[in-house]
Amino acid sequence: MPAAWDGDAATTVLGTMWVIRCFEERVARLKRSFQVHGLIHLSIGGEGVAAGVCGQLREDDAVYSGHRAHGHAIAKGAPVDRVMAELMGRSDGLCRGLGGSMHLVDCEHGLMGATGVVGGNLPLALGTALAARRRGSDQVTVVFFGDGAVQAGHFNESVNLAALWELPLIFVCENNGVAEFTSRAEHSRVQRVSDVVAPYGFARDTVDGSDVPAVWDSFARMLEIARGGRGPLLLECLTHRRRGHYEGDAQDYRDPLAEAEWERRDPLARLQADALAQGWIDRPTVDALHSAALAEVERAVEFARASPFPELGVAAELVYARGPH
Amino acid sequence: MTAVETTFVKAINDGLARAMRADERVIVLGEDVAQGGPYTATAGLAQEFGTERVLNTPISEGAVCGVAIGAAQAGLRPVVEIMFIDFLTLALDQLVNQAAKAHFMSGGQLSVPLVLRTQGGAGGRAGAQHSQSLEAWLTHVPGLKVVMPSCAADAAGLLHSAIADPNPVVFVENKALYFRREMAPAEPAPVPLGRARTVRAGRDVTVVALSRLVGEALEAAEQLAQRGIEAEVIDPRTLTPLDLDTIVASVRRTEHVVVAHEAVCIGGFGAEITAELQAAAFDYLDAPIERVGAPFTPVPVSPGLEDAYRPGREQVYAAAMVALGRAQPDEPATEPSPIVSP
Repeated sequence: MPAAWDGDAATTVLGTMWVIRCFEERVARLKRSFQVHGLIHLSIGGEGVAAGVCGQLREDDAVYSGHRAHGHAIAKGAPVDRVMAELMGRSDGLCRGLGGSMHLVDCEHGLMGATGVVGGNLPLALGTALAARRRGSDQVTVVFFGDGAVQAGHFNESVNLAALWELPLIFVCENNGVAEFTSRAEHSRVQRVSDVVAPYGFARDTVDGSDVPAVWDSFARMLEIARGGRGPLLLECLTHRRRGHYEGDAQDYRDPLAEAEWERRDPLARLQADALAQGWIDRPTVDALHSAALAEVERAVEFARASPFPELGVAAELVYARGPH
Repeated sequence: MTAVETTFVKAINDGLARAMRADERVIVLGEDVAQGGPYTATAGLAQEFGTERVLNTPISEGAVCGVAIGAAQAGLRPVVEIMFIDFLTLALDQLVNQAAKAHFMSGGQLSVPLVLRTQGGAGGRAGAQHSQSLEAWLTHVPGLKVVMPSCAADAAGLLHSAIADPNPVVFVENKALYFRREMAPAEPAPVPLGRARTVRAGRDVTVVALSRLVGEALEAAEQLAQRGIEAEVIDPRTLTPLDLDTIVASVRRTEHVVVAHEAVCIGGFGAEITAELQAAAFDYLDAPIERVGAPFTPVPVSPGLEDAYRPGREQVYAAAMVALGRAQPDEPATEPSPIVSP
């Protein structure tokens, strides 16, 4: 049976979304004071996809992400404090400070990789799915990517191969309608990513990524199929990228969304209103989720600040893996 | 140990089969591998191990390389074949941005026990997109290992070590070596990565040669011997890691060096060996280091042009004579140098 969308699910997903939202907003401030490093891509507006998808996965299911990876990492179970430490380049970071914002990995929680090369994660996910099949495991692999990756060669190669080999893999596209600085309309004649893969014949769906119950239900049905060893499948979630491509992006290429329109599209506000209306949650609980998220993120900032920067020798030490595998 | 007659490509084929028998995690994937590929390197594997472990792939070098990387990260030991090194260009994103950096960027969580087999080299009249020697690019990337065997015995021994290695190893073969009859041990001994082989001992000049040029260097050494010059021929066998110690020890004795490979001289791996040698053995060098490599042109297809392009025994012989002061270096090229001074 696909996982039911009910009060428990809504509360859990809402809690995760609050942690991601608070984390991202805090990172934006830290970026302005140069406390987190490098190119920072925030996922505000996409929390419902990360939480709705990863909230249904097992710890041993594999997730691959792209350059906008914080939300996926947190939703998959990566400790928030170690994610923050990684963004700050500290030795207690997820990757000992060697990965950074775009390259989060947490094997213990099934986050098998994130990549700064758009579309570069897609073939890797196929390999993990292939290995799962060879092991006879019912592990499912999920790969997140944006609509910008769809025009890359790796996308077509990977979709073709995954379909050919019927791999237990779910492609999750966050189609926010803009690739870096340019609208999707200027990059492709095909607006829906689910239409791009139509000829391959596997199950696909497009949902409103701000409608968390819709994300949940569609992914739940796909997960059941993939869990049974069948695939691939593709879930396209239409989202709104609330912030620029990266922090510091002047965003001259688009008009800001009116606040009223953002409130209509904000997946967190929508889910919260919906859960309150359903009577699944009450106002004090909502406030408690928000407060707990803020507190967790502040603890993460303190943890990260207290963590030392890596010793200089660690870079040379980690170029090659040692010993027999 | 009994020696048997074999070929380079048979040694690869046997090595793959041996590895697959010994370890269920070893899989082979690439274009046409289930049919044995164009050079029979994977012949018979699909029959013995099934198409679940010998996977034919579409002509999608990037994704296929990435599949192998993901599978390696997830516990398999893939050996992926890129049919011609020229097509490795299509897989470089995956190899360079993903495979080479995964261990480092994950803080040691991930490792990529992957072997990428490919073959290069000119001589087949196949033109500039099926004949290149591009190994130097790969040596420029921290995280990759690069192997370049010159004979069947080393091919088998190095393949064993490459598959056992927890890192991505690019295994560069030369198609001109594939079908020559050679003697090799019936039970190949593993050859560790990073250990050079002194193929011929000599006191007068050290020839450091890669892949096909090892055999050419041996022929040149015979020719030099007729003039009383004893060349020591060293095959590094792996470019990354490089066994510089063996080369330096030889240079300290001979004080003269020729570095020879089939790749274009400019930016070739010989430049790196040369730079390392001048740093490590400057005081022992009696003459400038001579380099042998292809000219700075794409590989021509017309027979006369390709034969003239392809460095071999004669160029090694001539370079050794120059290094030893027994011949004049070539006149400066009349064509403009590709390196333009400001």
